[in-house]
Amino acid sequence: MSTSSSNSRVPAIAAVAAGLVGLSLVLIFFVAPEDADQGISQKIFYFHVPIALTAYACFGWGALKALLYLWRREERYDLESYVGIHQGTIFGALTLVTGSIWARASWGVWWAWDSNQLVLFLVLFLFYSAYFMLRFSVEEGPRRANFCAVYALFGVALIPVSFLAIRLAEDFIHPTVFTRDGPQMSGTMFFTFCVAWAGMTALAYALYRVELVGKRLDANLRDLREALTT
Amino acid sequence: MSGGDYLAAAYTVVLVTILLYVVIIAAKLTRLERQTAELAELARRRTDG
Amino acid sequence: MSGYAADVAALARKDLKLELRARDTLPAMLLFVLSTLVVFHFALPEGSGDEAAYGLLWVAIVFTALLGLARAWVPEREHGVLDGLVLATSDRSAIWLGKAIATFAFLAAAELVALPAFALFFQPLDAAAIAGVALANVGICAVGTLLAAMAAASRTRELILPLLFLPLTIPLVVGGVGSSISAEAGDYLLFLALYDGVFAVLSWATFEYVVVE
Repeated sequence: MSTSSSNSRVPAIAAVAAGLVGLSLVLIFFVAPEDADQGISQKIFYFHVPIALTAYACFGWGALKALLYLWRREERYDLESYVGIHQGTIFGALTLVTGSIWARASWGVWWAWDSNQLVLFLVLFLFYSAYFMLRFSVEEGPRRANFCAVYALFGVALIPVSFLAIRLAEDFIHPTVFTRDGPQMSGTMFFTFCVAWAGMTALAYALYRVELVGKRLDANLRDLREALTT
Repeated sequence: MSGGDYLAAAYTVVLVTILLYVVIIAAKLTRLERQTAELAELARRRTDG
Repeated sequence: MSGYAADVAALARKDLKLELRARDTLPAMLLFVLSTLVVFHFALPEGSGDEAAYGLLWVAIVFTALLGLARAWVPEREHGVLDGLVLATSDRSAIWLGKAIATFAFLAAAELVALPAFALFFQPLDAAAIAGVALANVGICAVGTLLAAMAAASRTRELILPLLFLPLTIPLVVGGVGSSISAEAGDYLLFLALYDGVFAVLSWATFEYVVVE
């Protein structure tokens, strides 16, 4: 299975990501206006929300590859699903950290149970962390790939269901005074947001491709070692 | 801590995460280099011996 | 009875008969849920809202279910029977459904004791709360049975089942507690039904991949 031709594009993908993220930083700090209500800390939003959206995308991508694995049974889909979910978990953790910092900046608390997005990511983080525990506790092979693929599909079903649950839970969790209306985004702000979103997505994809190259290299070397020592 | 400090903290976290990635890739690259060197040695011995 | 329904019924009946004879899982679940409720009495500080108790009921149910689920596939694993079952049934999801129904029966039996005990120790339970328990049971058994099958095949077994299971129970707990305490219990019951629908279908469709390589 030839991956070397597609691998040659990875540096270009990384360069595009670097460019987009760089551009978004320029826009965020030099072009986008400061928010009237929240002040300068509002700018965390330009990274925090794209990172969250990218995490969702990674989990979706991982689930898609999982579905393809169960359908086509090609080993590469299992690896791609795993790496996708790995990226999603990293970006999910980043969502929690940046969200917590933003909560501290906006409301003075490091955690807020009424921030639906934060709570949703906490649930998802727990769920996908268990994915790795599952993966490392089963012998490598088709059964492990099956388990992980099924679990990845459960994850993607959990996202909307959890979101609904957390919304419903607002009813009996004490409503606090913490509200954060989405900033009334001016055109510049929206443009900056879009560039930052594109940048984060490109970054996630670049990291995903780089990780895949590394893992395939590992596998090839293992095969080579086997061939040379028998 | 002022708003600007929190802003810097949030962006620093993202930057450090990416840099950690660089560290991990560097370690992986060194390990793979060592492994290929071993395998190259094995192959050399095979063709010579 | 069609082949599928007959398979399911036979499998469920086998599990129930085994339990009737061995009598190890169900008494353990009963004692566990009662002990937990008593512990909760001591865990709730004076002046906690009445409603806090409902939250604890759901914690008790989830962990009692975990206890039962950890044992769910043990007979199959101990006697190496799962491969035989996989070969014998035409549709592997029947294995899942049979096991899920049996687990549901055990959980319901435990709750037949737990719910009156809860009403006695803590707070009354209305029809909406009981409907919530029934609906949540379906979700717990559907998802839990599949996850328990995965856990049984892993190296860490009992250790990993709670990790896989608990995040998926969070929506169920929200639905259950909501149906117990909220004025709009109907919304929560509807939500539980939605969860059941989504995850039962997903479990039914993917179980095949969990037992076959």
